[in-house]
Amino acid sequence: MNRHLISAGDLSKDDALLILDTADELAQTAARPIKKLPTLRGRTVVNLFFEDSTRTRISFEAAAKRLSADVINFSAKGSSVAKGESLKDTAMTLEAMGADAVVIRHSASGAPHRLAGWVRGSVVNAGDGSHEHPTQALLDAFTMRRRLGRLGGLRVVIVGDVLHSRVARSNVLLLSTLGAEVTLVGPPTLLPVAVGAWPCEVSYDLDAALPKSDVVMMLRVQQERMNAAYFPSVREYSRRYGLDAARMGMLPEHAIVMHPGPMNRGVEIAAEVADSARSTIVEQVANGVSVRMAVLYLLLGGSEAQS
Amino acid sequence: MHAAHQDGSDPGSRDGPPGDPLIRSGQPGTPQASSPGSAGAASDKADGTGEPRPEGRRSVFEPADIGRALTRIAHEILERTNGAGDVVLLGIPTRGVPLAHRLAVRIEQVEGHPVPAGSLDITMYRDDLRLRPARALGHTAVPAAGIDGRIVVLVDDVLYSGRTVRAALDALGDIGRPRAVQLAVLVDRGHRELPVRPDYVGKNLPTSQREVVRVLLTEVDGEDAVLLSDSPGVPGIPGGGRAGR
Repeated sequence: MNRHLISAGDLSKDDALLILDTADELAQTAARPIKKLPTLRGRTVVNLFFEDSTRTRISFEAAAKRLSADVINFSAKGSSVAKGESLKDTAMTLEAMGADAVVIRHSASGAPHRLAGWVRGSVVNAGDGSHEHPTQALLDAFTMRRRLGRLGGLRVVIVGDVLHSRVARSNVLLLSTLGAEVTLVGPPTLLPVAVGAWPCEVSYDLDAALPKSDVVMMLRVQQERMNAAYFPSVREYSRRYGLDAARMGMLPEHAIVMHPGPMNRGVEIAAEVADSARSTIVEQVANGVSVRMAVLYLLLGGSEAQS
Repeated sequence: MHAAHQDGSDPGSRDGPPGDPLIRSGQPGTPQASSPGSAGAASDKADGTGEPRPEGRRSVFEPADIGRALTRIAHEILERTNGAGDVVLLGIPTRGVPLAHRLAVRIEQVEGHPVPAGSLDITMYRDDLRLRPARALGHTAVPAAGIDGRIVVLVDDVLYSGRTVRAALDALGDIGRPRAVQLAVLVDRGHRELPVRPDYVGKNLPTSQREVVRVLLTEVDGEDAVLLSDSPGVPGIPGGGRAGR
């Protein structure tokens, strides 16, 4: 495995399966009276969050703590970044504090890549702009494999705001590596221009895609990144691309419904769908901790001289 | 009869690279790294029946010996624990796991009641994790009844430095609180680095630290054997020939 985890595309099939298998074992820890392993004792993990986040930051923090690493949380609000400190200067500060791993979320695509060139420790991308979010893709793949027992040949439909979604991009890259067939569905305005070059199918018709899918992943409509009108109204979007109970009825018996969160209930997903037995949304959060433990263990658990 | 109890989860399939068991039996590297001519010069005379193997390794414990040793250990466990009523057998991956299941089958044959057997991976508790790249984890399967208040018998193939057992004791402490912990090994090759003593030993095998002991089991390797070969430690890897046990 590489020293950093910047893009889901950097993972070979063997790397990805190693992470998923490791996460499978580590998931058992959560059921124990003592949910802690001594493996990363004495290592320092810095959570560097320039963008708001609840589940990802907490998930990484829980993962690092369960492996006995020391965790330093850094959020842009209330730090020197608010005074105008650059990413590089922040990186130097972290370096001086001896961070073994930096988990970074940033609104600029490519920030983790830059950071990786400045620090000696491992860099884990926890979401950069509309670029990538590899650990989310890993936990999604992990959830699919747990629920459906396999990944090869699985038909996955990813629906909605693909344009602004780092989750969609990472999922397409990872799932195609793992042998799943991905179809992106959304209004043409919310699909990236270069989507034709991605290893996946593209469709504009959700109703046609649903009956032959094993997994439906609904994406959040990212209002905060939208600087133009991408669809006429929220109501029309919801009618054509939202997953309600009637649409859920078109899915095969075994199919599952996923959402990376946070959800806009009533926009891309109806409340009754989000709370149904097919929904893996809560499971995804729990699996996130196991997968991030696996990533931190595989990046930090071995010898340092492997670059 | 070898009571080849096949573990449904195939303990070998989830494990690290094929070289892993070798590394943990004392030598990081491939067996071919040993100089072919030196094997015959190995000073070990514990077992004169060893037949030469092509790779310069000698068999020091025949399949029938392994079966007999396990049967004896099963009886010893029954004696020492008054019928193994509250015994839990936990094998340490990779090869401790099939051994634990074989012992469970033998105890059940004698006593008539099943003995829970499982596996305990100790990778996350090792003290040499930072010496080499991160390893794949083995499978941990603790029997549903748990280990609280029971007698846990740890089962492993080779006892060497004692570090694996130290790690296993730490791992046990995070799972529960057994009434007692005992240790069963197929081969004790000596050279302890920690104050660890086995309760049940299949065979005491005097070795030099340069030698490599490798246990093969049908469930993992397709055959039962204990092989001894002479091999210098691989330079460049800290800990040389004694990374694991």
